[in-house]
Amino acid sequence: VNFHEPHIDYAGLAPIIALTVGICLVLLSAVFKPFRRSAPAMTTTTLLATAGLLIGQWDDPKNLVTGALRLDDLAISISLIAILTAFVCVLLSIREKATEETGSGEYHALLLGSVLGMVLLAQATNLVSFFVALETLSIPLYILCAANMRREGSLESGLKYLIVGSIGSATLLYGMAFLYGGTGATNFAGIAEGIARNGLDGDPLILIGIAMATVGLAFKTSIAPFHQWTPDVYQGAPTPITAFMAVATKAAAFAVFLRFFDVALGSQADTWQPALATLAAISIVVGNVGALGQDSLKRLLGYSGIAQAGYMLGGVVVLSSSGIGSLVFYLAAYAFMNLGAFAVIVARERETVFGDDIRAVRGLGAERPLLAWPLTISMLALAGLPATAGFIGKLYLIEALVEGDYTWLAVFIAVGTMISLAYYLRVVAAMWMSPEGETVPGGTPVIAGASPEADPVDPEAGRRWYIAGPALLASAATVFFGVIPQPLVDFASHAGASIFG
Amino acid sequence: MSNSILWTPLAFGLVGLFLPKKAVGWWAVLGTVVTLGLAIAVAIGFDTGSSAMQYAVDEPWISGLGVDYSLGIDGLNLFLILLTSVLWVGGVAFAAFREQERPKTFYFLMLVAETATLGSFLAQDLLLFVLFFDLMLVPFYFLFGAWGHDRSGEGGLTASAATTKMIVYTLIGSLLMLVAAIATGVLAAGGGPITFSIAALGEHGLSHGSQQWIFWFFVAAFLVKMPAFLLHGWMPDAYRAAPLPALAVFSGVLAKVGAYGFLRVVLPLFPDATVEFQEVVLVIALASILYGSVMAFTQTNVRLIAGYSSVAQLGFITAGIFALQADGADGAVLQMVNHGLVVAPLFVIVAILAERTGSEDIREMGGMALRAPVLAALFLVVALATLAMPGSANFVGEFYILNGLFQAKIVFAFIAITGVAMSAYYALRLYQQTMHNRPPSVQNQGLLSREIGVRDGLVLVPLVLCIVGLALYPQLILERTAPTVDKQVARVRGGETPSARLASMSPKELKELVTGVAPNETRDWEPTLIEEP
Repeated sequence: VNFHEPHIDYAGLAPIIALTVGICLVLLSAVFKPFRRSAPAMTTTTLLATAGLLIGQWDDPKNLVTGALRLDDLAISISLIAILTAFVCVLLSIREKATEETGSGEYHALLLGSVLGMVLLAQATNLVSFFVALETLSIPLYILCAANMRREGSLESGLKYLIVGSIGSATLLYGMAFLYGGTGATNFAGIAEGIARNGLDGDPLILIGIAMATVGLAFKTSIAPFHQWTPDVYQGAPTPITAFMAVATKAAAFAVFLRFFDVALGSQADTWQPALATLAAISIVVGNVGALGQDSLKRLLGYSGIAQAGYMLGGVVVLSSSGIGSLVFYLAAYAFMNLGAFAVIVARERETVFGDDIRAVRGLGAERPLLAWPLTISMLALAGLPATAGFIGKLYLIEALVEGDYTWLAVFIAVGTMISLAYYLRVVAAMWMSPEGETVPGGTPVIAGASPEADPVDPEAGRRWYIAGPALLASAATVFFGVIPQPLVDFASHAGASIFG
Repeated sequence: MSNSILWTPLAFGLVGLFLPKKAVGWWAVLGTVVTLGLAIAVAIGFDTGSSAMQYAVDEPWISGLGVDYSLGIDGLNLFLILLTSVLWVGGVAFAAFREQERPKTFYFLMLVAETATLGSFLAQDLLLFVLFFDLMLVPFYFLFGAWGHDRSGEGGLTASAATTKMIVYTLIGSLLMLVAAIATGVLAAGGGPITFSIAALGEHGLSHGSQQWIFWFFVAAFLVKMPAFLLHGWMPDAYRAAPLPALAVFSGVLAKVGAYGFLRVVLPLFPDATVEFQEVVLVIALASILYGSVMAFTQTNVRLIAGYSSVAQLGFITAGIFALQADGADGAVLQMVNHGLVVAPLFVIVAILAERTGSEDIREMGGMALRAPVLAALFLVVALATLAMPGSANFVGEFYILNGLFQAKIVFAFIAITGVAMSAYYALRLYQQTMHNRPPSVQNQGLLSREIGVRDGLVLVPLVLCIVGLALYPQLILERTAPTVDKQVARVRGGETPSARLASMSPKELKELVTGVAPNETRDWEPTLIEEP
């Protein structure tokens, strides 16, 4: 018997291997007493190593595992965004109640597991690897959402996410079955080929497959009308996890969104482009209107995330290199804006008894300018005001949309942004324009389902390096890339070129 | 030079954040004075007869998206830049003479606002213009909201509600303008490399169909900013809430950015749509004149009288521009500067009056001229300029505007004339009620008014001197702006082929066109033009 040793590209697989090894070590650290406190450090090391291994392969696209994965600049850029977010999440998790309740080792191992899923998902070019990666990403998150085990809201959030996420996965899987049934292929290029070969243009089988896959992905990226879980889950989950979910999950899911639609279903663009554009428009309206009356900052950011997902979906709709570039740019900008905001929310959750209620940031401008500025910059950037990365992101997106003949969607983005001003500015106004002396620490806590002893007040939280650092750096990056966007534009357009020559 | 004018205020603002609280106000004044100095230097070195872009800066900014960092000064923006830097010195100095809460942030925001405003005048790239246009709002949002007055007890809004209303209104316009600006660049490129350079975009015309919708997106943004009738809903609340130093510069300069946008962007880039919708815009402009004037008759709050009079004045300026005649546009540019110079001291006077009477209602004021003749005299100059008294530069401006309007649409001109008459009524009413008469209310009977001090005089007198100076020599502005303004208007008037344009050029401009050298540049060889026999 002749064995052909398969060719294994260890360099290409190195980031995945590093993450997997890291997960095992972090999990083991929980067992061995001397290492119990070292989980965050080990997680950080793993993340840095993975990032290093990824950057080393920049501009060197390769197919891995017989074409099930593709490590190109799109995958690398999306993975880097996920890793950056995970790193900030580790910092924000220091002294977080959830970490202690779940056990630091388990918590961090799950976080790394989710990152592994994202790195895989960003590279997936095959229905099987796509689905496996998506589940690898999701399952740890279901648990992490419920990590704050003594809080009712957290458990509810985990359960809700599990149920809705499973429905999404099931729908997606069902859609994949249709596509496989029609084309007999699981890899994306093969599906495109199969559609052409079998003459399945506009065939109901393929259309149903596309529709169900779209719905499944829309659940994951929280695009309306499949978004109902988002605000509840965001609000209930421990805040560092919310930050991670809001940014990294979205980035990874959009990466596969791009590959799936642009590579596998590129020939069917006529059918899915209007559908996705409509979903984007619905998302923009639902997200922005939903956020208007929110008092909980996490819910507010949840709804704003729905709207922002609608903007970003525009980058998928236009099916062009600049579309992908604008999406990657927006995701990177979105990471900075959101991480800055969530870091401040974490700080105020620990400092005040108001939790993530908007009252927690009242009068922050006069009292704690170093916390107020990052949140202000994040809000202004999310609203797309100039001199922030958010403005350039919108500019890039709108340019891609107009070039792709979707000017009406660009107008929708503008209209959505106007509505969004009302709630972003409400937060800013609470910080800078509320009459002084209204922030009274004390009184009764109002966080849903929390008991006062569950959230000990740490009045110094916002001054600690692991919270103030990410907040200030994220907002500095938001402004920096708003004034000097060229490096990030280059980074993003590289990613865009990786699918369209 | 353009660069240093633009960034000096911001640089001073950033340094100011690290200075002790007492020094920061004067540091900010220094920053505005340095900026003014630079602006004056530019004006002195400006080549009067040329319509070319001077002091141009052009660097790629976001090369992937075709956005350039390009600045430049020509006859259109030269005096608006000067106006901006003059008014900011006044506004900041007025604030520096008084205690401010959280002074570091206050002056930082004031200086950011100056940079943003100067940026929108200087920008020669369409997207850069939109960026600065939107950016202007951010500092004023904070200034109005955090340092403003809560009017919820007087049937108005809280400061933060008023400022949110303002920003939502104005951003509705500017966000649509962002889409429109990008569409202009993309559609004009037609698949080729995208550029947003205003000059380059003026060369490739857009198709008639695209011009129609893009035109309205831009016009809406500019009309909200002015504000024009029907789009002015934010103005009364914002004006009542705003802190006066910020309001003086806001009202003096920001409204003009909208009018400037018409001349810089709308006329050259969308000439077909401009001609097509000329009458619609003129109707809006006339409605603004009439509505603004009538509201200014009836209001009793001094800020609102000034605010509504601005609506009327800006209506005049818009009408002048959309007469699409050289005279009208020349008058409009002159009037932009005039109105800025008039309205800013008006708000300073309002602040001084409010300090003395404790009220901003003209029914509670009166009899001031007896005790404060100098203040009254200064106010009289401002009031007479507002009503465009013959002899004032405002008279010249309005005359030019009406002249242009008569050449274009005589019916509109007749209606606009009533605006001139009405301005006399509200300006004199404001002056009489505050300065003459007896204070009507009982508690103000024994009003002890005082003369303005040296400090307020230092702010007010130079501004009034600018008005007087301009009244004596309006040609200062007209002869520098006319070549550029006429060029912008000529593009719209249609029927002008390139050869006709050549024929209408002066020898100097022709030389410039042939050699590509602006007259203020030097070359080691001197090209000569051969005269045709």
